[in-house]
Amino acid sequence: MSKKKQREILWHLPLHLILIPVSLCIVLPFILMCATSFKEAGEIFTYPPQIFGKVFTFENYDWLFNKVTFLQYFMNSLKIAVIVTIGQLFTSSLAGYVFAKLKFKGRDKLFFLYLATLMVPAHVTLIPNFIIFKMLGLVDTHTALILPGLATAFGTFLMRQFFITMPDELSEAAKIDGCSQFGIFSRIFLPLSKPALATLGIFVFNGSWTDYLNPLVFIISPEKVTLTVGVASLQGTYATNWGVLMAGLTISVLPVLILFFAAQDFFVKGIVMTGMKA
Amino acid sequence: MKKMMQRDSTWAGIFLLPNLICFLLFVLIPIVSAFVLSFMQWDMLSTPKFIGFDNYIRLFTQDEIFIQVLVNTLIFTACSVPMVIIASLLIAMALNQQILGKKFYRVLIFLPVISSNVVVSVMWKWLLVPDYGFVNYFLSWFGIAGPNWLTDANWSMFSIIFVFVWKNIGYYMLIFLAGLQGIPNSYYEAVEMDGGNAWHKFRNITIPLLSPTTFFVTVMVVIGSFQVFDIVMLMTEGGPGRSTSVMVHYLYQQAFRYFDMGYATAISYILFIIVLILTFLQFRFNKSENWSS
Repeated sequence: MSKKKQREILWHLPLHLILIPVSLCIVLPFILMCATSFKEAGEIFTYPPQIFGKVFTFENYDWLFNKVTFLQYFMNSLKIAVIVTIGQLFTSSLAGYVFAKLKFKGRDKLFFLYLATLMVPAHVTLIPNFIIFKMLGLVDTHTALILPGLATAFGTFLMRQFFITMPDELSEAAKIDGCSQFGIFSRIFLPLSKPALATLGIFVFNGSWTDYLNPLVFIISPEKVTLTVGVASLQGTYATNWGVLMAGLTISVLPVLILFFAAQDFFVKGIVMTGMKA
Repeated sequence: MKKMMQRDSTWAGIFLLPNLICFLLFVLIPIVSAFVLSFMQWDMLSTPKFIGFDNYIRLFTQDEIFIQVLVNTLIFTACSVPMVIIASLLIAMALNQQILGKKFYRVLIFLPVISSNVVVSVMWKWLLVPDYGFVNYFLSWFGIAGPNWLTDANWSMFSIIFVFVWKNIGYYMLIFLAGLQGIPNSYYEAVEMDGGNAWHKFRNITIPLLSPTTFFVTVMVVIGSFQVFDIVMLMTEGGPGRSTSVMVHYLYQQAFRYFDMGYATAISYILFIIVLILTFLQFRFNKSENWSS
């Protein structure tokens, strides 16, 4: 081992001394959450608190699925997130392609309008949307959560930025062969945009899955509620049943956790891409 | 050529249509109607009444609660922004080294980012329970008697800020990391050649070259802090008293508890104006940066 390497490892020691407590402070709450979800009700309130219970039990999960309509919450969230993700991938890729590759009058002005709305806080549109849905009788339906999510300025922007990096020559040969615009899009550009679609898809799915404010505002009936609001409502009704709550949290974190580990690079790429947009 | 452009616009119209309809109906028209609504008084039952600037005047001159909510939001922002920036920058700098387990650390610190606010808030609410919660138990090892974190008005704001910072560090760490990786190694080597130490590297290379990223992160965290809602709603519902009530929480109450729609949209527009000013500053800063380099 070279001198330099040795010095480097020594110099890294204080870094680990910072990073280890920081990561512990981040991970420990998740571990405690998961461990508590498998504890018996009586063991949750003991002092001093124990990380692991003496008995390993599924009673909290059993309670969730049999006494609360938890599965319903889960399916509601899944349904909404899947529809919104597919819808937004569809509308964003088409519009992004238009803004990047097709020429028409007023294109850049229209795109600027899209961009300008990016900085409008979601709370500005929330109230008018509530009023519109109230008038249309769509409050307390999943439609109210799905419709506004089907197209966003953010998704359009992301796809446009991706398509604009692709060379125009790709379409020229196809054009000479008499391929229609739709053919060029669906057979040439779309297959090449899989990484961008994956990044956007993960973002949209995660955004919809973790959304709390919109379901809180738009949904009233307990059976139509999504997972976030459903789990949060457990703390009101069963204020002391932390074991059940922790079981609910553990389950609701699982899908995004799986998604994250399956597609970590897309997560990171998406954040860096949106982070550097300015 | 002209014919091709014409054909292009037909296709453009077809491709854009679904997106454009949604965009118009749920983004553009609502933004405009919110603006109009902010000059009206409407409870969703009677007919809307045009009242000019009354909503805005009421907010700043007659509504003591709003002033308190505004002050709370400013305190929240003023505390959380430096905490997020310092913590995420330090972690990013540590992870920018070729250290063992770099990827592992990154994944762990990113966990709160992918979790929902509900998961994070409820989890911490439980950890912060005064009698049998883990936080106060942990503090008792050092002989500290932890307070009632969420029900004591002296501590409730601090607790909310802590959870917000805890949730967001991972996100900004990634952006800082990307910024740090954009600094060429040769710059650091040049400082080393001149006999500079780690502090010199940080002071003379990292800070100046990272400043566009730092500025961007600052603006993003400020914007995010002004819009905080979920954590407040889930952990304290603005309480005890009004000690943790922030702008969006007040907006939510006005709109969906009291159905004072005009008043609530006026609050949303004040929020919008704040964000607008910050975004504008960001653009200006970026431009002057590009100019100088």
